[in-house]
Amino acid sequence: MTDSEVAEAAIHETPLASRHEALGARMIDFAGGRMPVQYASILDEHRAVRERVGLFDLSHMGELIVEGATAGEALSGAVVSDPLSLAGGRAQYSMLCAPDGGVLDDLIIYRLAPDRFMVVANAANAQIVSDAFVERLAGTRAVLDDHSLATGLVAVQGPRSVDVLAPLTDVDLAGLRYYGIAEGHVAGIPAQVARTGYTGEDGFEVFVEIQQTGQVWDGLLEAVRSADGLPVGLGARDTLRLEAGMPLYGNELDPTTTPFDAGLGRVVKFNKTGDFVGRAALEKVAAEGPKRTLVGLIIEGRGIARHGYPVLIGDRRSGVVTSGTQSPTLGVPIAMAFVATGDGEPGTMVDVEIRDGRVPARVVPLPFYRRSS
Amino acid sequence: MSAPSDLRYTRDHEWVRVDGDEATVGITAYAADQLGDIVFVELPDAGRDLEEAKPFGVVESVKAVSDLFAPISGAVTSTNDALASEPELVNRDPYGAGWMVRMTVADPAQLDDLLDGEGYDELVAAG
Repeated sequence: MTDSEVAEAAIHETPLASRHEALGARMIDFAGGRMPVQYASILDEHRAVRERVGLFDLSHMGELIVEGATAGEALSGAVVSDPLSLAGGRAQYSMLCAPDGGVLDDLIIYRLAPDRFMVVANAANAQIVSDAFVERLAGTRAVLDDHSLATGLVAVQGPRSVDVLAPLTDVDLAGLRYYGIAEGHVAGIPAQVARTGYTGEDGFEVFVEIQQTGQVWDGLLEAVRSADGLPVGLGARDTLRLEAGMPLYGNELDPTTTPFDAGLGRVVKFNKTGDFVGRAALEKVAAEGPKRTLVGLIIEGRGIARHGYPVLIGDRRSGVVTSGTQSPTLGVPIAMAFVATGDGEPGTMVDVEIRDGRVPARVVPLPFYRRSS
Repeated sequence: MSAPSDLRYTRDHEWVRVDGDEATVGITAYAADQLGDIVFVELPDAGRDLEEAKPFGVVESVKAVSDLFAPISGAVTSTNDALASEPELVNRDPYGAGWMVRMTVADPAQLDDLLDGEGYDELVAAG
């Protein structure tokens, strides 16, 4: 028998939609809701985060609470990482894999208390993750509760994040390390404050009750503006994470990709106690080595490599571009691509097929951008 | 934001300025705004023959790739080399410094098929 609750189909409509529209945002349909892709300029928003600070609405993300006396053990059997190794108030990057080792979603798992975990899933996969957890936690004493529709999430990212957040919170930010989470208040509202993000900058993610998201956003937006920052849409979120070499589900990760293909084998903890879904398949991949590898490319000719463009070496097709853009920080076109394992050495020259031509590109180590501090 | 009245427009959001037997082509302010920050423009070499309504180049914003469609047929006489290093000129001054190609007018009758400023504004307003 299971104590797990069956999650209902979730529409992740942001509670901030009217605020985004009032700010002049261009909205797009995203994972069943409408989210801001940009307010005025993706490039300006990108630079604001790199140089100053930006405010993101991430209320579309999924939040699952797993709790109970054996929550850690149950979770450990469902994901590839080792949640039991987390101390309270700490987080880890993780993945949910299918039995064949393919990635169903990438996750952040926060240990809120000894017997209470929060799993943050991508909006587009929130239902898949919720369904998988219902199945995988069946027969355990862990209780699953999908809080996605009850949780608002905003992020403050950039070098001025501490300056922006500190006056508005009672959480000790100096004592909150990277991948830590603490309970407190933000703009007077009860909140979980995590030092996590998806931009390559220092920053915080603030989880609140959905009805109170607006108050938290308003308070933070005023502080962000005072620090010469901007609200930032999903467009710049994508260019920021790409420069930081972070995978995007649907581009670098999908059910046909294992964590080892994506260069994220370190996330898989074979030495943890107990079985987990995907273990046998992943042990095989780890032993044999993946057939392809995720690399960074800097395009050296004229053109921007985009998702799906072929990567060639001579007459041989080596792989495919997974994400690409003009890097606002580096000023050159960058891309991530899967190439055949032997072609992944930094310095290797490849061609990217862009429309009817071929453009030379150089394999470089990831990430493209690393903050200096 | 109304379209200049001295230009002609395609339904694909290119503009044409005819000056004697030469035409200058670019994309409209509406198109540039819809694309967002333009970071790359790919244009044909001078001398290439363009065919009405066929793609002749590409404009890319941070997020999206869009084809450019020839508003009329003719041969490219020159291209705006400044866009190679400053593609943002298309956002900043779409009807001026952000021009894309100059070309001959192979068949002046094709110009009659294009929209005037008012017609283009109506097209944009209709979404």
